[in-house]
Amino acid sequence: MPSIILFAPLIGALIAGFGWRVIGEKGAQFLTTGLLILAAVFSWVVFFQSYPEAETITILRWVESGTLSVDWAIRMDRLTQIMLVVVTTVSALVHVYSLGYMEDDPQWNEGESYKPRFFAYLSFFTFAMLMLVTSDNLLQMFFGWEGVGVASYLLIGFYYKKPSANAAAIKAFVVNRVGDFGFALGIFGIFYMTDSISFDVIFTQGHHLAEVNMGFLGMEFAAIEVLTFLLFIGAMGKSAQLFLHTWLPDAMEGPTPVSALIHAATMVTAGVFLVARMSPLFEYAPATLTFVTIIGATTAFVAATIGLVQNDIKRVIAYSTMSQLGYMFAAAGVGVYQVAMFHLFTHAFFKAMLFLGAGSVITAMHHEQDMRNYGGLRKKIPYTFWAMMIGTLAITGVGIPLTFVGFAGFFSKDAIIESTFAAGSAAGQYAFWMLVIAAAMTAFYSWRLMFMTFYGKPKGDKHTHEHAHESPLVMLVPLGVLAIGAVLSGVLGYGYFFGDSVVAWFGDAVHNHDIEHTLHAAHHVPTWVKLSPFVAMLLGSVTAWVFYVWKTDIPAALAARNGALYRFLLNKWYFDEVYDILFVKPAFKIGQFLWKKGDGSVIDGGLNGLAMGIIPWFTKLAGRWQSGYVFTYALAMILGVGGLITWFLITRGIN
Amino acid sequence: MIGNDVNVVLPELVLVGAAMAVLMWGVFSKREVGAQALWAISALFIGVGAWIALTGRGTDAAFNNMFINDGFGRFAKITMLWSGAAVLLLSKPYLERAKLMKFEFPVLVALAMVGMMMMVSAGNMIALYMGLELQSLALYVIAAFNRDSLRSSEAGLKYFVLGAISSGLLLYGMSLVYGYTGALGFAEITDVIAAEGLPLGALFGLVFIVTGMAFKVSAAPFHMWTPDVYEGSPTPVTALFATAPKMAAAAMITRILFDAFGGVISDWQQILALLALLSMFVGAVAAIGQTNIKRLMAYSSIGHMGFAIMGLAAGSEAGVQNMLIYMVVYVTTNIGVFAFILNMEKDGRAVTDISALSLYSRVAPGRAFALLILMFSLAGIPPLVGFFAKLYVLQAAFDAGLGWLAIAGVVASVISAFYYLRIIYLMYFGEASEALDGKIPMLHMGLLAASAAAMVFGIINMFGVEGYALSAARALLG
Amino acid sequence: MVIATLAFYLFSAVAVASALMVVLSRNPVHSVLWLILTFFSAAGLFVILGAEFVAMLLVIVYVGAVMVLFLFVVMMMDVDFAELKSGMSKYVRIGSLIGLVILIELLMATGYWSGWIVADMAPDMRAAVTPALEETQNTIALGSILYTQYVYLFQAAGLVLLVAMIGAIVLTMRHRKDVKRQSIVGQIYRDADKAVEMIDVKPGQGL
Repeated sequence: MPSIILFAPLIGALIAGFGWRVIGEKGAQFLTTGLLILAAVFSWVVFFQSYPEAETITILRWVESGTLSVDWAIRMDRLTQIMLVVVTTVSALVHVYSLGYMEDDPQWNEGESYKPRFFAYLSFFTFAMLMLVTSDNLLQMFFGWEGVGVASYLLIGFYYKKPSANAAAIKAFVVNRVGDFGFALGIFGIFYMTDSISFDVIFTQGHHLAEVNMGFLGMEFAAIEVLTFLLFIGAMGKSAQLFLHTWLPDAMEGPTPVSALIHAATMVTAGVFLVARMSPLFEYAPATLTFVTIIGATTAFVAATIGLVQNDIKRVIAYSTMSQLGYMFAAAGVGVYQVAMFHLFTHAFFKAMLFLGAGSVITAMHHEQDMRNYGGLRKKIPYTFWAMMIGTLAITGVGIPLTFVGFAGFFSKDAIIESTFAAGSAAGQYAFWMLVIAAAMTAFYSWRLMFMTFYGKPKGDKHTHEHAHESPLVMLVPLGVLAIGAVLSGVLGYGYFFGDSVVAWFGDAVHNHDIEHTLHAAHHVPTWVKLSPFVAMLLGSVTAWVFYVWKTDIPAALAARNGALYRFLLNKWYFDEVYDILFVKPAFKIGQFLWKKGDGSVIDGGLNGLAMGIIPWFTKLAGRWQSGYVFTYALAMILGVGGLITWFLITRGIN
Repeated sequence: MIGNDVNVVLPELVLVGAAMAVLMWGVFSKREVGAQALWAISALFIGVGAWIALTGRGTDAAFNNMFINDGFGRFAKITMLWSGAAVLLLSKPYLERAKLMKFEFPVLVALAMVGMMMMVSAGNMIALYMGLELQSLALYVIAAFNRDSLRSSEAGLKYFVLGAISSGLLLYGMSLVYGYTGALGFAEITDVIAAEGLPLGALFGLVFIVTGMAFKVSAAPFHMWTPDVYEGSPTPVTALFATAPKMAAAAMITRILFDAFGGVISDWQQILALLALLSMFVGAVAAIGQTNIKRLMAYSSIGHMGFAIMGLAAGSEAGVQNMLIYMVVYVTTNIGVFAFILNMEKDGRAVTDISALSLYSRVAPGRAFALLILMFSLAGIPPLVGFFAKLYVLQAAFDAGLGWLAIAGVVASVISAFYYLRIIYLMYFGEASEALDGKIPMLHMGLLAASAAAMVFGIINMFGVEGYALSAARALLG
Repeated sequence: MVIATLAFYLFSAVAVASALMVVLSRNPVHSVLWLILTFFSAAGLFVILGAEFVAMLLVIVYVGAVMVLFLFVVMMMDVDFAELKSGMSKYVRIGSLIGLVILIELLMATGYWSGWIVADMAPDMRAAVTPALEETQNTIALGSILYTQYVYLFQAAGLVLLVAMIGAIVLTMRHRKDVKRQSIVGQIYRDADKAVEMIDVKPGQGL
């Protein structure tokens, strides 16, 4: 059954991609969607089976080279099960949703066939993602890792007629390369140190690796720290953590279902998954874990501040995604991988829903994405409104404190905040405060989005507003399904991810040596700590209400008064600009130099000089010697003999 | 005793007898029997080749070690006989069109073949020289076979004069070797060298011997006759020059170097490396300016012989093996290429200018494609057999510590790819011009296709040639 | 012994000098004559070696037959040798320079200045082939090995000559249809009765 889950999307992608002319556009769409639904159903079936011990299903022997021996295998444990459910469910829903969303796309002219391609890419992405999460070794994981990177590139650049989409696709790919480089180095390092890249083997080596040193960049470090750090670089790239995050907002150039699937629910969480999967190693690397915590918390904070002022509806959600990923890493950093997975799980539902809802809004508004041109849409698109409302309630973490009543985010986010506090370390404290402030800002920008879109008076193009219409049923059903997840995944999952049954439920899937201790501490943090996210949420929500419903002139005034800060945030902390100066421009310059001077003058010039100058000269010389006169030829022979004799005389000496 | 000796040379005797019989038949027959004679001699070549292949075992010496029938000789002989048969068969339509279909042609080819077989089986300097002269004299004559053509006569004369000089060098070298070692038999020379080392005078004799033989394999700087003779001779003769005699000459050099001077490899290694280097570069560089496909193939053969000699220069078993493989591949490819060139015609006249190949792929896509494969293989482009043949000799040279030579070989190979690719370029992307219109007979098409197919499918196991070449090399080295 | 040595130097010096003259003579007939002298000198050298049969062969076959044929050919052919050799002066310097260099190198290589260093076994091995002169005659010695020990080479030489013959014929013999030839058989069997027809021609009318 896991094999079917794994290969159904691949088969769909292949048939839709290469055979759609045979089965038709509709056939390709329904085939891929059907196969994904099948995979999702199977995933749920698998999800409710128990794998106390990790189980490996070998599909084929893959690489056999020296001591490197890699199978292509499925590793079934709790972690895989969770990811299977998340990936296939969201993917299936996005497939269904795309049936409606991609129905007619203004990007394409009449008669151009783009739908089978889109669905093939989506299915291919799903396959690669499943490869990643089911892998049994680092090589297979890397394969999936790069596979999702390719799919992401293809889908961001899906509107290849738009230069901005192409640029965004390239940016995503290049920035991810940086991370992938670290990941690859990590894999090499692990193979170098342990002679294996199979999880079963390397997981047992964590303790050993903590005791040996290895050289890196000319310095000696504990091997485990170097290796986990390198792996985390990869995770940072994929999960858009600070310094490697700049590609994610730009990735919103892709179609909205893509944003929902890849850039919110699944691919970007691969980094979190990687850290959780490698937890038996990370656990022995305290320095790396501290780094993870700080990066995660800082990302959560920075992304939230940027989200405050963005006007593009998808970018707001993108920064929100980035911020939430920061939460997950913060959790992983303090050692509660289960909680990180919990947030990953719930986040997948409500963030996918927010994106799909945003997509629905965008469809209704004729592909207008600027929130300043929205307003008062509550009545026009009521179903979408309610869906977005549930999503917002979930992400902001609405719930009644100290009870088990609340939306998904309430449980998972609060669990993270409590865990960071309970960690007791300095990094934990830093993370705690950052995350609480981020929670307030999350509430602010989420409600800001809601208020600007659905409340107030219609702004912008009147004509567009008049023609705003509710999306078709095929787009609303996925929203409904996700809404169920957004409401219930928290309360149902709490016990398994954060509650008493967490150890039993996760089994050996993640490192759980001292989880009980940590969780115990997290459950017994002071009450003010437990209340803090709620208070922060309330604060943010109310401010948003004041700013965007009650006294709508405040934001503009505030922006005018704090112009510098506003521009700083609006320009995303100037990350892009700094990178442009630091890396992009110099890289272009070096590239230009190497191209014009190195390649053009030296290599081309040299080779051409050789090919066009010297060799023809020799050819001419040979032609001149080939005079046709016998005595010339005889002379050449005699010269040859004479030359050989002379040479021998010189080298052998005279008798 | 004489009976045993005769048994050893029986294949050669059969060929001689057949050649004389055909000669008599041709002289006394009232009709012109050229075509029948050609068929008969070709069939005989194939038959004798098969006979040697099937019955040849072990090593026999005859006539006081003057004639040695061993695995190495048999390998070369089979290659020469079968390629000779193929070229003879290919020649027929051309000879008939050019009104050259005389019975003397197959007779001379048969006698040349006997000479080649004597060369590769020689165990004695004089025996080697007799075989060489028999071969050369017959080839001088057929180079000038189109006696009404000024170019053909000129080619024959040039070949003869320069060949005489090379024979002089060879004989001079042999006399030096004889004078300083007191022996003419290869085995005796080996004994003397083993006992007392190589006297310096004999070493210089060896230099002269190698240069004389380098002429026969058209290695630079003793190659100058090749383009003129290839161009001037009737095309079937060119095809013959490019195949069997090359194999014979290469095998002859191998024979004398390993059988007589196997103890002083390091002494002659340098000469061969130098010859290989010059040949590869002359073959690559000089061919670029050529517009006549026969001259082009001449330079191609110079370059390829450079590679073969590189294998020899390695001076090892692997080197000999890879040289033999290289020669077999080269001969096979050339049969295909000449099956094509023999049919390059426009309005009933033979054309040799390569510009006539412009856009040939539109006229005859099948033939163009086959030629494309052959050109790729000659250029040594993977994954065709020609690439592996090159790779093997490069490897042998590299393993023998001639890394610089191997690198030079790669460079020369890259340069030479230029003119092979130019032919392909012309065929597929050239400018429109009056295309060739010649039809191609079934046999030619078959050999062209078979040769091209061999270049593609040979990569699987080289049709087992590697194994035979290895046992041939073992037979020689001992 | 002194006489033999003197004779050796005489013959060799004449051989080398006349060989040089073969190349240098402007008149081809002179070249042929110089060549004859070269052969004579070589024959003399053979005699000193005790190979009188070979010496006589050289004189009889080469001088008596081949050279005379050469002479005929040279005199009958209309070839302007002066023109052929006109380019020679252009190359004579470089040619002689290369020749000189190679000569000196060869002398160095063959050990002219350091004693002829041949393999120790070489003289004996060379001598072993020739039977003692006192015991046997040239012709007997040659005859006894030509068809036994060297039958292979002898036959091979025969083949070379055969090829030369075929080559000469195939390259030069022409059956021209438009040329009238003498048919001896036809002449012999020609009958006057058939060949001659009597016609009675009336005077003043013609045929």
